[in-house]
Amino acid sequence: MPDTPKKLRVGWFSFTCCEDSTIIFTELLNDYFFRWKNLLDIRYAKALRTKNILDQLDVAFVEGAISSQNQAEKLKKIRGLSTKLVAIGSCAVSGFPSAQRNLFDQATLSEIKPILERFSYTPKVLKVDEVVKVDVYVAGCPMDEKKFLEVLDTLLVEFNVIVG
Amino acid sequence: MSELLAHRSKSNMHNSSFDLTLDQITKIEGAAGLDVSVRGGKVVDLRLKLSEYKRFYTQGVRGKSVPAVPQLLARICGTCSNAHILCSIEACEKALGIVPSAQTMIMRRLAINGLMIRDHGLHLYVFALPDLLGKDSILELDENNPKEKQFLEDTFCVKKAGNMLSVAFGGRSVHAPYLTIGGFLKFPSADDLTGCKNFLIKARPAAQRLVKLFSDSQFKFYDQTNFVGLIGENRYDFLEGKIKTSKDGVIEEANFRQHLEHQVIPYSQASGYKFKRETYMVGALARVNLAKEKLNENTIKNVGYVLSRFPSTNVFDNNLAQAIEILHCIDDSLLLLGSNQFNPEKPASTQKKDGVGVGVIEAPRGTLYHMLEIKDNKVARAEIIVPTGQNQISIEKNLVRLVEENIDLDKEQLSHEIEKFVRAYDPCISCATHFLKINFH
Repeated sequence: MPDTPKKLRVGWFSFTCCEDSTIIFTELLNDYFFRWKNLLDIRYAKALRTKNILDQLDVAFVEGAISSQNQAEKLKKIRGLSTKLVAIGSCAVSGFPSAQRNLFDQATLSEIKPILERFSYTPKVLKVDEVVKVDVYVAGCPMDEKKFLEVLDTLLVEFNVIVG
Repeated sequence: MSELLAHRSKSNMHNSSFDLTLDQITKIEGAAGLDVSVRGGKVVDLRLKLSEYKRFYTQGVRGKSVPAVPQLLARICGTCSNAHILCSIEACEKALGIVPSAQTMIMRRLAINGLMIRDHGLHLYVFALPDLLGKDSILELDENNPKEKQFLEDTFCVKKAGNMLSVAFGGRSVHAPYLTIGGFLKFPSADDLTGCKNFLIKARPAAQRLVKLFSDSQFKFYDQTNFVGLIGENRYDFLEGKIKTSKDGVIEEANFRQHLEHQVIPYSQASGYKFKRETYMVGALARVNLAKEKLNENTIKNVGYVLSRFPSTNVFDNNLAQAIEILHCIDDSLLLLGSNQFNPEKPASTQKKDGVGVGVIEAPRGTLYHMLEIKDNKVARAEIIVPTGQNQISIEKNLVRLVEENIDLDKEQLSHEIEKFVRAYDPCISCATHFLKINFH
């Protein structure tokens, strides 16, 4: 155990998705806010604060699939700053349903082509581990909250924030 | 303010010239940014950019079997997924001539009440409350300060009450698995019902405090716009009624689309809408403006002191209207839970395999429209119009005035005013960017 209380430095990031796991996370706060307040240093979470800091993280939680080069670059930056990266929810883990355009026929693809070109979409929607290394997966649409709680507790032990 | 870039060439307010970019508007649902150019004290360009990447649900749903449709369309949005489920269920039922039972309609009413309490609770406590308290985040509230501790306890109590109701009458607060075409797949247990009642009773005083808090807010921005919403005949209703407007009277649900004019916004990944060629506003403020006398009688008894403020044209009163709706949904749910039993029954069904159906409901942020054309039990064509698409043009138009009226503020204060104002509309960018309209020039 460290001499001074340590908090787990975390960030929560959303890419292409419906942000359902963000909602589940805000619902988990109903029961865990007071516990997590002492254990987590939430440095980046767009849903929770305006003054976000993107710097060295113990753990990055990443929700959503990757639809553009910009998103891929941002994800690589997050990976570079994070000791562990957790893919959260179905779109991050498998790409779907956000990746449904990967399965469109030619006629439907030509229908959506102007948008893809105008906003510089990548030809295919990618799951997170097609862009960066993922350490832990929490699947589900939305994420399986029991699995998330287990993963978080494991990480808290691993980073010496709590005793296992 | 994160990732803010601003340049000013002059500080004198009437001659101010500067460009301001907000890469990311925080504490809203989804991703949006803003570019503003000011020259000689006037806004010459202002672009609200909804920057979520599209997921093409109106294309993706084509060819899908009818029973799978509501759960797929739920994935348009995490926070209001249960509104998308209920709206597409209505579209499927109308298309195929399925009539749900009276019990189903009561259970759906409880499901949407749960959504309203949870979703408005998230917006008011987690997104908007820090603005009222001059804090950056709910994470900064101090549990050793009795007043701030009360806010935190209220936050989680109200949200949890909504969450429990959504779980009892939907199976989950997000992408509820029990809601289905024709009825329900699972029914609440006696323990679920007792738990809901107890928590709703516990949340009620917190909701009253929330109404008081937002009624004391001094934030003001007046917009003499047209307020539009689905309004119940005999009660305050989110699922059934007719479209009412503050300027034009009443429209049948099925004819709603004909009055909307689609607007392409080339720098935004979402489409906007006008109503009879004018900007308009949907959401809690519109509903309370149009139907305050239909709120639950206990709600009126307790918060009647603020209802005289409505109809209100102060956009910030959308927050107050949401707080009033939380109390109404608690009271309406307690009424329904106290006077009904919920017995398992099979979902209503049909042999019909073709048809066109329109679903119109009030989602937390306003009127939601799903049109589904069904052929041989599969979706041939879909159109979905979401609340934020309808408010988007108003937000942008009003931001021009807001920036010009606050032009002498420093960049951080101005950015804060912009964000606070956008948050008052409670926009949902995931919803607004789900689909595609091609009309680029």
